[in-house]
Amino acid sequence: MDVLERYESLVDDFSAFRAACERPLPSVVRVNGIKATPERAMDALDDEGVEYEPVEWHPGLLRLDSTSPGRTWGAYHGWLHGQEEVSTLPALVCDPDPGERVWAACAAPGGKATQLAALAGDEGTIVANDRSLGRLSALRFNAERLGVTSMAVTNRDARNYSLKPFDFDAFDRALVDAPCSCEGTIRKNPDALDEWSLEYIDSIAATQESILRRAVQATRSGGSVVYSTCTFAPEENEAVLDSVLSAEDCRLVEFSCDLETRPGVTEWQGEAFDESVRKAKRIYPHLNDTGGFFCAKVEVGG
Amino acid sequence: MSDRTNDGSQLDRLPATADERVVEGRATRQEVLDFWDERYAVAPEIFENYSFWEKGGGKLWAFRGAVASPLEAEALGMTFLRTRQEHWKPTTNAVQRFGRHAEKNVVELADAEARRFVAGEDQPIDWDGDWGYLIAAHDLAGEREPLGVGLFIDGELRSQVPKGRRRELIDGE
Ligand SMILES: C[S@@+](CC[C@H](N)C(=O)[O-])C[C@H]1O[C@@H](n2cnc3c(N)ncnc32)[C@H](O)[C@@H]1O
Repeated sequence: MDVLERYESLVDDFSAFRAACERPLPSVVRVNGIKATPERAMDALDDEGVEYEPVEWHPGLLRLDSTSPGRTWGAYHGWLHGQEEVSTLPALVCDPDPGERVWAACAAPGGKATQLAALAGDEGTIVANDRSLGRLSALRFNAERLGVTSMAVTNRDARNYSLKPFDFDAFDRALVDAPCSCEGTIRKNPDALDEWSLEYIDSIAATQESILRRAVQATRSGGSVVYSTCTFAPEENEAVLDSVLSAEDCRLVEFSCDLETRPGVTEWQGEAFDESVRKAKRIYPHLNDTGGFFCAKVEVGG
Repeated sequence: MSDRTNDGSQLDRLPATADERVVEGRATRQEVLDFWDERYAVAPEIFENYSFWEKGGGKLWAFRGAVASPLEAEALGMTFLRTRQEHWKPTTNAVQRFGRHAEKNVVELADAEARRFVAGEDQPIDWDGDWGYLIAAHDLAGEREPLGVGLFIDGELRSQVPKGRRRELIDGE
């Protein structure tokens, strides 16, 4: 079965969408502000003779013209971290300040959680959690290489996460970068859709809803929760938001982003969602030459 | 108050000084500050906003901020000092993070030496300072940048970069 066909009605230029899904992704690195400025990181690449191109919408991102970005001085020193361009969006939307407590509910292997730490100047408290111990060891390795010192790492199920070990009872912000069917990673993993099934989508959607609900509950009134996936399926995106909006005290809010995006969809296969899901953003691969992505910002209480 | 032994599943905050020590043999905050100051001339103020923790005997962590002790967690901040042996040994990551403040026992390597160092190789170097754990650094993009820890012994610098952090770098030219 051709999975992507099911999105034909959602995507305006469907043939461009299909064509983009076939192309491999450019190699992108994020400059880690904890250890280097973009200027210094670019100087080091210049010295090594590695070509790059800054990404227009985000000053800390570079498209590298190299097949081995891991073998640069910048990578060794933890100045650079390989991260897909579009996957830098949720941490930017979350945008924590120094001193804030942030929960990264599904954090491994840590690309976004370490970015959150950097955005808070490594002066927040980032609680990075994941259910998979194996993936957490990759997160810990990345966090240390990037010089992150403001992170606590926990290994628990985010659906019923307890704040008990900590001496505070709510986070200021949370990021739910949920486990998903990963359709949007097709450019990076051409076999991403091999295991696709509706049953999986239904079961993972239930998990996504539980984790997002828990994140809303664990965030103080006035705080915010960012929800993101790398999939196109409305079942895992707008439908999850719709359920959480009716179950918890929260609402969707607008956010700005210099990437080309499309609003969340309010209808899918005969089901209608709350109108406010239009405030969420869908990113299709052909719009900015990236992977596929979904991102929403939720404000808690009031 | 935490119990009197080291527990591998929880992190305990280091006592401020020896008077507050409960677990026998545990390093104190003051000793840690003295170590960085005496060995590398990293000023204690650099660690002003950090708390120090132990998980499993002899493995210390530095965390920017404070949370209640003890803490059940996989990690808190960064592993940054090993105190089990007679000579304390900073981690590669700690030296990369804090070593730029060091003013003592820093050996500056030329480009080819730096590349050998990050590949994990031992090499003879020209150094007439102290023996023991040195901070190896090189010049990158116009400034000194710490690479990691080297053990200087018998005229040789032995790279302590752990396997997972070693790299064969692309050739500059
Ligand atoms: C999309 S990945 C996260 C990627 C990560 N945010 C990053 O930027 O590197 C989703 C993660 O959710 C974790 N996960 C799945 N179910 C979970 C649960 N119930 N509680 C906590 N983590 C879970 C998976 O182990 C996986 O690492």
